[in-house]
Amino acid sequence: MDFPEGLKYSKEHEWVLVEDDVAIIGITEFAQGELGDIVFVELPEVGEKISKDDPFGSLESVKAVSDIFAPISGTVVEINDALPDSPETINEDPYGDGWMIKVQMTDMNELKDLMSPEDYAEFIKQQNEEEDEDEGD
Amino acid sequence: MSECFQKSKGQLPTPQLIFETGSAGRSGFFWPDNPKTKPEWIPARFLRDDIPGFPELGELEVMRHFTRLSHLNYSIEGQFYPLGSCTMKYNPKINEVVARLTGLSLLHPLAPLPLIQGALELLRGLERMLAEICGMDHVTLQPAAGAQGEMTGLMMVRAYLSARGNPRRKILIPDTAHGTNPASSTLCSYEVVQVPSNDRGIIEAKKVKEVMDEEVAGLMITNPNTFGIFEQDIQAIAEIIHEKGGLIYMDGANLNALMGIAKPGDMGVDLLHMNLHKTFSTPHGGGGPGAGPVGVKGFLQDYLPVPRIIQGAEGYELSEDFPKSVGRVRSFFGNFGILVRAYSYIISLGSDGLEEASRMALLNANYVRSRLKEHYHVPYSEPCLHECVFTDRLQQKHGVHTIDIAKRLLDYGFHPPTIYFPLVVSGAIMIEPTETESPETLDAFIDALISIAREAKESPSLVKSAPHTTPVGRLDETRAARNLILRWNPSKEDGK
Amino acid sequence: MRYTPHTASDKERLLHAIGVSRIDDLFGHIPPSLRERARIALPPGLSEVEVKRRMASLAAKNGTPENWGFFLGGGIYHHVIPSTVDAVISRSEFSTSYTPYQPEVSQGTLQAIYEFQTLMCELTAMEVSNAGLYDGASASAEAVLMARRLQKGRRRVFLSRALHPQYRSVIATYLKNLEEVELVEVPLTGSGQTDLQYLTKELDERAICVVVGYPNFFGIIDDLGLLHEACERCGVFLVTVTTEALSLALLRPPGAWEVEIAVGEGQSLGIPMSLGGPAFGYLACRKKFVRSIPGRLVGETVDHEGHRGFVLTLAAREQHIRREKATSNICTNQGLCTLAATVFMSTLGKVGMRQLAEVNVARAHETSERLLEEAGLTPTFNGPFFNEFVISVQALSERLSRFTSKRVVPGIPLAPWYPELQDCLLICVTEMNEREEIDQLVRMFSEE
Repeated sequence: MDFPEGLKYSKEHEWVLVEDDVAIIGITEFAQGELGDIVFVELPEVGEKISKDDPFGSLESVKAVSDIFAPISGTVVEINDALPDSPETINEDPYGDGWMIKVQMTDMNELKDLMSPEDYAEFIKQQNEEEDEDEGD
Repeated sequence: MSECFQKSKGQLPTPQLIFETGSAGRSGFFWPDNPKTKPEWIPARFLRDDIPGFPELGELEVMRHFTRLSHLNYSIEGQFYPLGSCTMKYNPKINEVVARLTGLSLLHPLAPLPLIQGALELLRGLERMLAEICGMDHVTLQPAAGAQGEMTGLMMVRAYLSARGNPRRKILIPDTAHGTNPASSTLCSYEVVQVPSNDRGIIEAKKVKEVMDEEVAGLMITNPNTFGIFEQDIQAIAEIIHEKGGLIYMDGANLNALMGIAKPGDMGVDLLHMNLHKTFSTPHGGGGPGAGPVGVKGFLQDYLPVPRIIQGAEGYELSEDFPKSVGRVRSFFGNFGILVRAYSYIISLGSDGLEEASRMALLNANYVRSRLKEHYHVPYSEPCLHECVFTDRLQQKHGVHTIDIAKRLLDYGFHPPTIYFPLVVSGAIMIEPTETESPETLDAFIDALISIAREAKESPSLVKSAPHTTPVGRLDETRAARNLILRWNPSKEDGK
Repeated sequence: MRYTPHTASDKERLLHAIGVSRIDDLFGHIPPSLRERARIALPPGLSEVEVKRRMASLAAKNGTPENWGFFLGGGIYHHVIPSTVDAVISRSEFSTSYTPYQPEVSQGTLQAIYEFQTLMCELTAMEVSNAGLYDGASASAEAVLMARRLQKGRRRVFLSRALHPQYRSVIATYLKNLEEVELVEVPLTGSGQTDLQYLTKELDERAICVVVGYPNFFGIIDDLGLLHEACERCGVFLVTVTTEALSLALLRPPGAWEVEIAVGEGQSLGIPMSLGGPAFGYLACRKKFVRSIPGRLVGETVDHEGHRGFVLTLAAREQHIRREKATSNICTNQGLCTLAATVFMSTLGKVGMRQLAEVNVARAHETSERLLEEAGLTPTFNGPFFNEFVISVQALSERLSRFTSKRVVPGIPLAPWYPELQDCLLICVTEMNEREEIDQLVRMFSEE
């Protein structure tokens, strides 16, 4: 599984790429794998305010819907217009063309709560182990 | 059983759409006169041309088309249909015969009362019989389906609590509930608070106590729950809810387990809906029509939907004179044709027959469970009532999942059980055999599942690529959702 | 025992395999306090002969068009049902199957629904149709809820007073607990139509939608072109409700007037009156609203070999996945009733649908003309109508009792719903009313 360097990761499986005070947000390769084939993406509108840990959109696969939680707070300045017509991009290229929104951040300190690639890889590993334990009882 | 599907697969690929056959000007309908609308009757700008795209077929072509389509379906009368929580019992033919009596099928809902006295007598009789079976005091037959019954029930809860000063904000719903429960709560502006089930698959009184407060309108509980397990704490839970002024709503989807065994009215339930297409044998029809009557305790009767049928001096009358009523939830009298079938079923079985139905439903489910527990993982050791739940845990290590087991069952000529529900168990396989199946059918089904468990070990790819014998193979649902085609389009056909 | 095949030795064998000795042991864990009181106090079961006898005696207490002169409409209509309809829906492959969650073994049901969706799109001239709802009344309520989801921030819903009164009640019930919604009634004009001037004055950016009958409860055809123009100016949705679906085979369909959502009751299309149910509601709309549609949808796809096939799609809108955030709590699509309508529309086809609609218009108008000319009655409204019309009859209730003694039901008195329409009768004439029956109606109204 791929955890690109230079990105920050949330426990809800979003990634953040920081460029000055703008954050580009998408979901991780792990998240897209868990969701399966994505068939619809609901994104906020440009100008909308999002706040950390609140849902800002949703992803639909054939048989499930998942909220996407904001890893940071701020104002949406751009959305990926191509996604509504080709949601499969998120499955195919989650860290590239599958990016979802760009956000003007209001509190750079929130970035501290996000994980490094190494920490996120460890987080996923632990989660998997816990799941195995749950099922082993 | 699966043979007819094998044949049809080779020779008859998916049939043509009804729009793709026929010839311009043909019709399967004859009517002697053919008048034309005069412009002084309806001005031309209000009229249309012929409906484009409508079929142009003779009667035989129509019959052949739908008969061919019917061959692509599984049905209770063709195969065992063990869908959990759906109660796919046999639909007795007598019900169909009596529902077609023209004295019942050709009634107009707005006819003067003297013309519908027999119908009103039937409806009153059904109300009373359902109330007796559930241990409730009053029943409304108006809701068209279980989900509409839930909505009606929650509206009554809201109206009752509002009359006492505060409608409250929240509804407690176990994590094992049907999806309709939270969806119905939203329609009544209630916020859903999920109550987790414990490691025995049930809701504990102490968990309810933790979340119960004066802002909780009530608890929606399915009993037995969707694992087929009796909610052992129900009376204690009802006490906790009632103490703080809330109400107990029971989702009666699984009433087939309880007839003559325990009455919801004795458990502390204040109101419940019943699904006549489950417990009371009316056909599922490939997705309805059903009916979702709601039973209530006496203190809620003023809130029932109107009109209500009352006994007047000269026979049955309709009354809307219930100012506290939640109002009307459906036009006319609900799904009368379905109510007729349920009435016929109940008088056919009588008290002993209904009780025996539930007892045999329990016997069949427990038999399936006891024979399969060596081969499939059982998530809860509690005894089951009318249905039992397994998971795919033992098969997962061979890369075989619940969906594969379900699809492989199709090759053995069985409809799969309900899968991936309840959501709280990963890879759930939920089996409800119902009382109308013979032990021989159960044995054949169990043997098929045992054989699939073996295949999962020995040749997992065979299971994973199933089904192999159905009219079509696994269908691409992702493609359907990404590239929506929701209707046939003449222009598209021209373009080919 | 009826419908349970277990013999005594079967029971013994199953109990032995389970490892208990009595059936009661299977529910021994249910508290005794409940078990003791569970006995059902109902009479013993009946044989088929007895059941038939009982049902026939109940049926005999009712009056039907078979033994009464019958001019009732008002949302439920007595129409011809070709024999093909019952032949198809009686097939147990359709009637005893479940919701098509396993598409590989449900292609019959799924393809029939896909054909139904197509037929409803053509009939209404809308872009998409769902697979069916409970009835016309709840379909109207669902349309309002759908419009509300699409028109965020708006809160007023305008209901035409000429919309079926029971439908207005059901809409009010559905909206009752959604506090931010306000219902506004649009008055009638003297022609029995929805008051356009009132709407032009009252509509603004606060309005979600306007709901009108098409034809309306009085059988009259509203001018949807003018209504839509008024709505469009403020971005308000126009929702049409058709209780007489057959009318759409002749009338300019809602889609041609560019309405946003078209709903209705499908009973006219091959389903017996059955005291008003079961039949089905339908909901059709523009394609861009598809994700807000309540209820099931079937879509086309392919299997792994590229064969065309059909599946339930956009299921993520629905209650079993989205739970409290679903577009509706509905699970059914009244499947067997929508199948009946599919067979009905396929049997009549393009030619038969049109012809049947024309027969209805002709009989209703000829009857109306005769009632005015021969019986000297007055039309209450002068708007164009399909197969129902309202007439004013002096001393209506007295006259009605005379009709009853001759076993004729001449129509539906409107005063209980419309106090301003005292002595007004809604008369419906369909292809099922034979000449002699119409002659008798005219004759009886002519007698003083």
